[in-house]
Amino acid sequence: MYKYDEIDQAIVNERVAQYRDQTRRYLAGELSDEEFRPLRLQNGLYIQRHAPMLRIAIPYGTLASYQLRKLAEITRRYDRGYGHFSTRQNLQLNWPRLEDTPDILAELATVQMHAIQTSGNCIRNITTDQFAGIAPDEIIDPRAVAEIMRQWSTFHPEFALLPRKFKIAVSGSQQDRALVQAHDIGLEFFYDADHKMAIKVWVGGGLGRTPILGTVINEQLEWQHVLTYCEAIIRVYNLHGRRDNSYKARIKILVKALGIDEFRRQVDAEWAHLKDGPNTITEAELERVAHHFTRMPYDTLPAHDASFDAAIASNPAFAAWVKRCVHAHREPGYRAVTLSLKPHGVAPGDATTEQMQVVADLADRYSFNELRVSHEQNLILTDVRLGDLYALWENARAHGLATPNIGLLTDIICCPGGDFCSLANAKSIPIAEAIQRQFDNLDYLHDIGDLELNISGCMNACGHHHIGHIGILGVDKDGSEWYQVTIGGKQGSDASLGTVIGPAFSADEMPGVVQRLIDVYIAQRSDEERFIDTVRRIGVAPFKEYVYADKAGKKEAAHV
Amino acid sequence: MSNATPKQLIHGNQIVADEWTLVKLPVLGEEVVRKQAGKVVLFKLTGEPGASAEQIAATEIPASGKVIVPLSVWLARKAELQERLAKGELGVWLATHEVVEALAADQADLNVFPLIAVFVERFADGRIFSIGNLLRTRHAYKNELRAFGDVLRDQLFFLKRCGYDSYLIRADRSAEDALAGLQDFTEPYQGAVDLAEPVWRRRQRNGATA
Repeated sequence: MYKYDEIDQAIVNERVAQYRDQTRRYLAGELSDEEFRPLRLQNGLYIQRHAPMLRIAIPYGTLASYQLRKLAEITRRYDRGYGHFSTRQNLQLNWPRLEDTPDILAELATVQMHAIQTSGNCIRNITTDQFAGIAPDEIIDPRAVAEIMRQWSTFHPEFALLPRKFKIAVSGSQQDRALVQAHDIGLEFFYDADHKMAIKVWVGGGLGRTPILGTVINEQLEWQHVLTYCEAIIRVYNLHGRRDNSYKARIKILVKALGIDEFRRQVDAEWAHLKDGPNTITEAELERVAHHFTRMPYDTLPAHDASFDAAIASNPAFAAWVKRCVHAHREPGYRAVTLSLKPHGVAPGDATTEQMQVVADLADRYSFNELRVSHEQNLILTDVRLGDLYALWENARAHGLATPNIGLLTDIICCPGGDFCSLANAKSIPIAEAIQRQFDNLDYLHDIGDLELNISGCMNACGHHHIGHIGILGVDKDGSEWYQVTIGGKQGSDASLGTVIGPAFSADEMPGVVQRLIDVYIAQRSDEERFIDTVRRIGVAPFKEYVYADKAGKKEAAHV
Repeated sequence: MSNATPKQLIHGNQIVADEWTLVKLPVLGEEVVRKQAGKVVLFKLTGEPGASAEQIAATEIPASGKVIVPLSVWLARKAELQERLAKGELGVWLATHEVVEALAADQADLNVFPLIAVFVERFADGRIFSIGNLLRTRHAYKNELRAFGDVLRDQLFFLKRCGYDSYLIRADRSAEDALAGLQDFTEPYQGAVDLAEPVWRRRQRNGATA
């Protein structure tokens, strides 16, 4: 992974000093709330319901074990012994003290980490596929360009105060796992006809209040130009994006207002001036950064391992875990492993101090001292030998990290919601927990099969509910919490946004509603059909009909 | 000396006296309904004027000394301002919702102006950065480029990198304190106006510390 040189280190150190002074001035009354707000946000600090929330950047979801140990130490020392991995591959602390945040950033700087631009109206953490570098379907490892873009976007002076937040995702695999179509800019890497690296550029995607999938603005951009091309896009946005209404300030609104053709014309007009300028990436720079992401020192292993095969045959629990949590690897004899942060009854994406330490140890022992964070809010060891899987499983299981539910209904993607977040309209974690309890039978879960369930506590959509096969959105109606349900959303290359099935439900109705959706699927599915396939084939109507079947009668009764 | 108004202008990395008088558009009769900045921008695409002909005509320009006039006044009253321009006494200012091209359209060489200023109403309005960049790179403007309005210490480093060299700090804040903001970072990553090359072109970066 990328290791800082003295230039990178100086920048994060200077940031700590800058932020420490900003915090001092705020506490001394030299900065107003309004003036401090964008400053703290650009350092990931929100003022929340109970305490500030600090969002720590995990660039493109890659962590070293020593960094995770530092995060563990921070959660113990400055928080309440746990942290929350977010849908943008970051880590959030729920209970830090404002006064401590400069010290936390100083601690992070000692392990080449920071909280720069994890919030605020600027270019945010760049995200990618959690299996980058090892996925069998990968065409190009996007991490080197992601790192070059991380550096380019860090304190980019022209784009420090955009109309609204700006999210970039990169993907280099056949199956998109980075949600490129749901980002302000999505970059999809491929090889062109001459086997040169090229990029398909999507713009104007995003979830939130106005969910929309991105539009292709450039079918084939040469990789050298990615920075200048993005500068052209963001300059047009910076100058012309709306600033009067934050709900209409994302780039998607501008792209929609102008139309993609006019937007592209303006971008091209800007780019004509920037193209081939100094920010054009050189072969040498790409090579320098790519050198940090070279192939791990794998051993030559046979494709099969007898002890592994024997364990699968004799231990159904292990076999179930392998089926859900172990993933293909491009190297023979190696596998990637997802450590589930979705045990039933715990807030999705939360990890305790102890669990972080355990995962760091597991990464050291089994996976070249590194790990990844996925946007599905789980942790991944990317390079585990087949013969080590059983020992790893036993160890992970002992620490609640081996729930065999990856990709299943209870692998719920969920924002912190109304329990923590001051933006939320409704709680999301208790809904996730109630659904997990409803489906607490593993055989049944496996029978239901692949299903993505996403929950957001408000229309800002941090839980990406629009692209969940089942999406749940917390809404506020007359001061009480209700939940709107969508089905048919999907991430990936064939992404789609879900359709609302009807009027919202109360919290206690939600497990039953999901149960009814599953009942319809089980009754209607053909062989091998996943929930999403059935929804796409038969449409929303049969689900809606069954879910609301006795709703009308009940409502009348309630009015009596 | 001790009772003098503190100097608020930073130019050339030091606090200096301001020789320029800012000329504003007069508010006539009832307050003109002002659209929020962002809306004006969207409307800008359809050509919404920023100031009325009446306001422009009624703008009073001091008869002597260095003056900074609004873009709309310069465009409409160019003829009468030529003499001041020739004497090096005329600067132009624009607001962040106005377009640089309007200034550059019939003034091929912007370096006839000894000063161009950009007014930022709210410090969070980042259009000021792109405007500075365009003036310096696209239009090759080389003279004093000033930011005024809601100009605060924590934006100065970005303003500097976008080509500004002159900052009129908001009246209730210390310019002395704000000076420090220009030094926040020593070696920024990306190429911008002040340092055109990204760090990997400026510096040898082989030394990854393993």
